[in-house]
Amino acid sequence: MLDVKNIRKDFPIFEYHKKDKKPLVYLDNAATTFKPLEVINACSRYYIEDGANAHRGDYDLAYHVDKEVEHCREHLANFLNCFPREIVFTSGTSMSMNLVAYGYGIKYLKEGDEILLTEAEHASNVLPWFKVSETTKAKINYIPLDEDGRCTPEALRKVITKNTKVVSIAQVTNVLGFKIDIKEMAKIAHEYGAILVCDGAQSVPHMEIDVKDLDCDFFCLSAHKMCGPTGIGALYGKFDLLRKMDPFMMGGGDNARFDMCGNVAYLEPPAKFEAGTMNISAIYGFDAALTYLENIGLENIEKHESELRKYAISKLKELDNVIIYNEKADAGIITLNVKGVFPQDEASYLNSKGICVRSGEHCAKLLKDRLKTVGTIRVSFYIYNDREDIDALIEALKNGGNFLDAFFN
Amino acid sequence: MLSLTNEMKREIIMEHYNSPNNKIDDFTSIENYQNFKKIRMDSDSCIDDITIYLDIVDGVIKSAYFSGVACAISTASTDILCDMIKGKSEKDALYIIEQYKNMLFEKEYDSEVLEELNAFSETHKQAARIKCATLGAEGINKIINGENDE
Repeated sequence: MLDVKNIRKDFPIFEYHKKDKKPLVYLDNAATTFKPLEVINACSRYYIEDGANAHRGDYDLAYHVDKEVEHCREHLANFLNCFPREIVFTSGTSMSMNLVAYGYGIKYLKEGDEILLTEAEHASNVLPWFKVSETTKAKINYIPLDEDGRCTPEALRKVITKNTKVVSIAQVTNVLGFKIDIKEMAKIAHEYGAILVCDGAQSVPHMEIDVKDLDCDFFCLSAHKMCGPTGIGALYGKFDLLRKMDPFMMGGGDNARFDMCGNVAYLEPPAKFEAGTMNISAIYGFDAALTYLENIGLENIEKHESELRKYAISKLKELDNVIIYNEKADAGIITLNVKGVFPQDEASYLNSKGICVRSGEHCAKLLKDRLKTVGTIRVSFYIYNDREDIDALIEALKNGGNFLDAFFN
Repeated sequence: MLSLTNEMKREIIMEHYNSPNNKIDDFTSIENYQNFKKIRMDSDSCIDDITIYLDIVDGVIKSAYFSGVACAISTASTDILCDMIKGKSEKDALYIIEQYKNMLFEKEYDSEVLEELNAFSETHKQAARIKCATLGAEGINKIINGENDE
């Protein structure tokens, strides 16, 4: 297990909330993570020390900002094992997915083509493809999940056809938390001439990623789920694909020249996709977040969460008022309900005990029929969680049926 | 209605959540359902998703129903409101809703007209639930103010 007591010292939010009447048991890390002081300081450093725009000025300050931005790009490329020119900064996973859908999907797909998703995907990996389908008349189909809710290469092999042009799936799904074998999925997709788009939002904070080994064509991620700032993320794309596709935002900083007849010479990727002033402060912070996670070690993080998961499942199974929906999953995400209690009522009861969890459909609205419930409680771990957090959750859930206590005590 | 103990408030909420008087599954089973105005209220921040149905004749609310899925707070508050506004004028219904919201937002309010809605007087302690407690009220408000889902 990680040294959680020391790790918590890196996160000012724990110190800040010590004055609260209730403890802070944060178990909503699949939504977003807290930030260590290094990351917060790095964001401030941009505003305090550098301040200039990126890719714009001829003076020292601007030159230094460029260096920092490109340093973060190189750092992330190294983190994912790709080339810096294959990293496009975006506002986060949703923008990255949309960029692939608009820039590649709408440009290259046509009637008769097929896009394969699963019913466990997050809205950000479903709705952009609905738009592609509406615009191009390409069809959307779903890879069937097995009875536990896992998407397997065998299932992909059964449904993929020569018409399949895009397979777009999450490496770790945000409700069920299964780790999907992206490498095998990409291999199958490529056999049929399709590209594989990987939603990495829930995987990249928790495990080592090597995009070249996975051989996925695109990989989307958000910094805020990995201790980085909000409003920054990235799209990894194989360079030849990035060159082929269109930007979906046009403007300052993405072109070499244009004239009054409408001729535009776009810059090479990644600049082609980075029109407008980026969230530069967040890029400074993102760089620091990568360093922070590297120092802990992704392997250690994965192991820590796996141990927490095992412990939590064993404790939850002792409670006879709790339904677990993904006992067999791999990632640090546990989806559950208290019998007979509407998930939001339960979440707000847990809040009264200082426990932060998410209730609802978790942006995976296609899953509703499969889980046979309108919503669930999602518990998700990260590096600053320990067994005491889980014990607090278990204690609260024991009395979870009396959810109106939150209202009257 | 005078002072309610917490235990009584809790019972009121659970009663209207577990066996609501005005919740229906099939809107078209209501007599004269064509005359009803309706509005779907799906919360932007949670999975509450209810539809309110009002039959308003000459400025008087003849009938009020709702359908859908929602948490205890949304369900109970909507059910109580439906009970309360039946047979009342639009103006009186709006007054009740106004007083109810004043209570939720800790302003001066007229607790006499709120009857069982007084059960929600502690909602401000769980501020995230104010949205749940007002979902049905907002829907009724919208219909009275002329909105209607086709």
